[in-house]
Amino acid sequence: MMNRQGRPSQPEKNAPNKGIQTSTGNYGLDIEEPLSYELGNIHTSGVDLPSCGEFESSLGGLERNSDIGIAGLSEPEVLRHYTRLSRKNYAIDMGLYPLGSCTMKHNPRLNEKMARLAGFADIHPLQPQSTVQGALQVMDTLSHWLKELTGMPAVSMSPKAGAHGELCGLMAIRAAHEAAGNPREYVLVPESAHGTNPATATLCGYKVKTIPAEADGRVHAALLKEYLDENCAAIMLTNPNTCGLFEREIIEIADAVHEVGALFYCDGANFNAIMGRVRPGDLGIDAMHLNLHKTFSTPHGGGGPGSGPVVFSERVAPYMPVPLLENDADLALVEGMDVPNSIGRLTAFHGQMGMFTRALTYMLSHGADGLKQASDDAVLSANYIMASLQDVMSVSFEGPCMHEVLFDDRFLKDRGVSTLDFAKAMIDEGFHPMTMYFPLVVHGAMLIEPTESESKASLDQFITSLRSLAEATKQDDVTRFTGAPHFAPLQRLDETAAARSPILKWTPKAE
Amino acid sequence: MRYLPLSDTDRSEMLDTVGVASVDDLFVDVPKSAQQGVSFDLPSHASEMEVEKIMSSMAAKNISAGSVPFFLGAGAYKHHVPATVDHLIQRGEFLTAYTPYQPEISQGTLQCLFEFQTQVAQLTGMDVANASLYDGSTGCGEAVLMSRRVTRRKNAFLSGNLHGHYGDVAKTLTSFTDDNVESLSPTPHDAKADIDALMALVDKDTSCVVVQNPNVFGEVLDLTPLAEKLHENGALLVVVVTEVISLGAIKSPGEMGADIVVGEGQSIGNGLNFGGPYLGLFATRQKFLRQMPGRLCGETEDATGKRGYVLTLSTREQHIRREKATSNICTNSGLCALAFTIHMTLLGEAGFRALAKLNHKHTVDLKAALGKVSDVEVLSNSFFNELAVVLPQPATEVVEALAAKEILAGVPASRLFPNADGLDNILLMAATECVSESDIAALVTALWEVLS
Repeated sequence: MMNRQGRPSQPEKNAPNKGIQTSTGNYGLDIEEPLSYELGNIHTSGVDLPSCGEFESSLGGLERNSDIGIAGLSEPEVLRHYTRLSRKNYAIDMGLYPLGSCTMKHNPRLNEKMARLAGFADIHPLQPQSTVQGALQVMDTLSHWLKELTGMPAVSMSPKAGAHGELCGLMAIRAAHEAAGNPREYVLVPESAHGTNPATATLCGYKVKTIPAEADGRVHAALLKEYLDENCAAIMLTNPNTCGLFEREIIEIADAVHEVGALFYCDGANFNAIMGRVRPGDLGIDAMHLNLHKTFSTPHGGGGPGSGPVVFSERVAPYMPVPLLENDADLALVEGMDVPNSIGRLTAFHGQMGMFTRALTYMLSHGADGLKQASDDAVLSANYIMASLQDVMSVSFEGPCMHEVLFDDRFLKDRGVSTLDFAKAMIDEGFHPMTMYFPLVVHGAMLIEPTESESKASLDQFITSLRSLAEATKQDDVTRFTGAPHFAPLQRLDETAAARSPILKWTPKAE
Repeated sequence: MRYLPLSDTDRSEMLDTVGVASVDDLFVDVPKSAQQGVSFDLPSHASEMEVEKIMSSMAAKNISAGSVPFFLGAGAYKHHVPATVDHLIQRGEFLTAYTPYQPEISQGTLQCLFEFQTQVAQLTGMDVANASLYDGSTGCGEAVLMSRRVTRRKNAFLSGNLHGHYGDVAKTLTSFTDDNVESLSPTPHDAKADIDALMALVDKDTSCVVVQNPNVFGEVLDLTPLAEKLHENGALLVVVVTEVISLGAIKSPGEMGADIVVGEGQSIGNGLNFGGPYLGLFATRQKFLRQMPGRLCGETEDATGKRGYVLTLSTREQHIRREKATSNICTNSGLCALAFTIHMTLLGEAGFRALAKLNHKHTVDLKAALGKVSDVEVLSNSFFNELAVVLPQPATEVVEALAAKEILAGVPASRLFPNADGLDNILLMAATECVSESDIAALVTALWEVLS
């Protein structure tokens, strides 16, 4: 199971704050902040609303009479409460965020400004189409960019995130098979795949067959053929893969897949490595989602929202979800519902418009030339990190890598330091940890993706820091690691206790 | 390019360190044939000023809700979002953080999620809520799937007065699973007939019934008898709430016996945004906790005994369970949930109830005003902030004619149910706190003109 090796344990107790106890529990800028429920009450409000006086209601006698319990605060208190909480987060705006396969790149504020134009932010999805032509034009323009960059003939804008895009793509693939008379039985997923891939296959009614990784971290057409037969519906392959490597035999893989009548789903989570250089459409792919919140800089927002448009080959395009964008006789853009073989509707409205405006703003800013440069810089930066650390950490697979580099825990052998300890020590150095224990194909994985957003000075500081940590693991006393982080707002949290007896909401203390 | 910090000098120094002559050498694994002759019909990079101009010109082609009398609802609502909310969610520490997998440096996001889960559980009257799904419609599909996991039965029935798009999404999501999902036909003239029909269908093979409250035609329902009937048969009641502000006025689904509550949280803290990103609310009873989809944030302690929060019960989720996960969801609506939480804390219970009252009052006023337009019939008797109105002409035509007069009057019911009969003349309207007396007056005047 992923992300579980060496995963949290009940942590050792540590002495806090050098034994100094402040009366507030605050330590300088490290401020304790209670829950809104402990600060406020049900009578306080930070909003002034016009009074509507008394009137005869028409609620059918179903009035809610008992207290709901929502705590309110005044406006200044709200501002302070959430500002204080915000300071307990790490963020791209604060520093390098090397989460492999997550593409934590710079989030330009021009994107935010454009998404907030009233003409985009304040329009209803079911307004007459004549009143939203500009919004449909954004979708149409973005569609054009996505189709051009991927070399694919069709795109669905509906999916709300990457996993939703996988569902969109794989459902369309299943529909294509059913139309041909046989849905087939299983989907092939490499061992290194994101967990969303097998979970999606299940939702589409498929069994999952796992392809083991080979010694060079890639899928080989020769081995793949042993897993392929006419019961295979599709392969779901991430390329570049989650080991940070380009699948060298991708064209042979696509040929082998198509030879048995199966289809090729590509997880586009790592598209940031290849923008403007190679088009998935030239590699034999039938469907691929793009994560606008990774590759095209829309903010991750502490877990979402995302956006996962899916590009399709001619073979699978007829099964795309509705609505699709079409031109009507007057050349106006309209919501096309007449798609006879469509899998149906994937979400109530048109997808993540707020992400479309941001992504398009980002694309227009870069242009085709800038996007290629961004990919080149992302790949160069990852290789620079690999080259600069390979003598002190263990690189899992020989380079060059793509936009992320995979290390494993061989360099920590017999030092009493786990991947988790090493990663938590990075927090003390002022960095967010890398992706840990993923992919599953190496032991104690550490997947580092610097993105193109880092200056050389920033990369050098990161490298220096990891080198010093790698050196420090050789010392006898490794409490620096096992007790890390020492300098975060909190020390290691007891995840076992959290899961054993879950407390998932605030409740009033019994008097 | 302003977003790329590396200079050409940096690049060449880095290439030296890597030991290659050019960046092309790093792409040796990419098939040569695929790299050759690649060209794009796309423009080159542009300045901030140029990009603003292009985007603004597209924005200017749309009629925004705030610029005209505006009465659309049907799953997306125009509400006022306080300035504080948008300021706070743009703090980089919230905006540019990833999913809080490293709790020591993510307590800001995690504590907000804990507050969010508390608020959603209270609003819906349920025991537990998750940390959000994509939107109400996908949540509706997830609820059907969860009901099957809980009951180990396959037959789900969707109310005919469930938002048409929600029903469509639930059916799409279950296309290739074992579920049998059956939708009834809309009954705009008789909400009770739909509930009666659902009651008649329930048996020992039923996994769940999905009902929207207030329903898509705006009618407020007492679901208690339906809940009782379902529970007698060991089946679940799934209640969909598309207008979360109604929970400040109407008895909660929990009080009516719901087992799963699915909501669209857009109304609180989030703008219309042409349909997304929105905020899926999902709450249930404690005993079904381990069958829930989506992330959960839980309370725990750190190594020094300080209270803190972590993502928990992740053994339900795809990154641990892979093909056996309760859902494939990963990225959710984190920042929309934050906006919801902040707006809800600003309102507090007192403000939330006042907001609900104001919405209801404006809709009572709208109904009274529409009642004076001849040949217009308001169907809704018990309602919150939405009305179904029968017009003497097809609603689509009336809406277009009113749009030409810069009034956005509502959503033709046929747009939600393109295949249903008898809905052509029905218009769905909403009146929120943003609707003024003069907006209603302008609407009525224009309606007289268009219908005459």
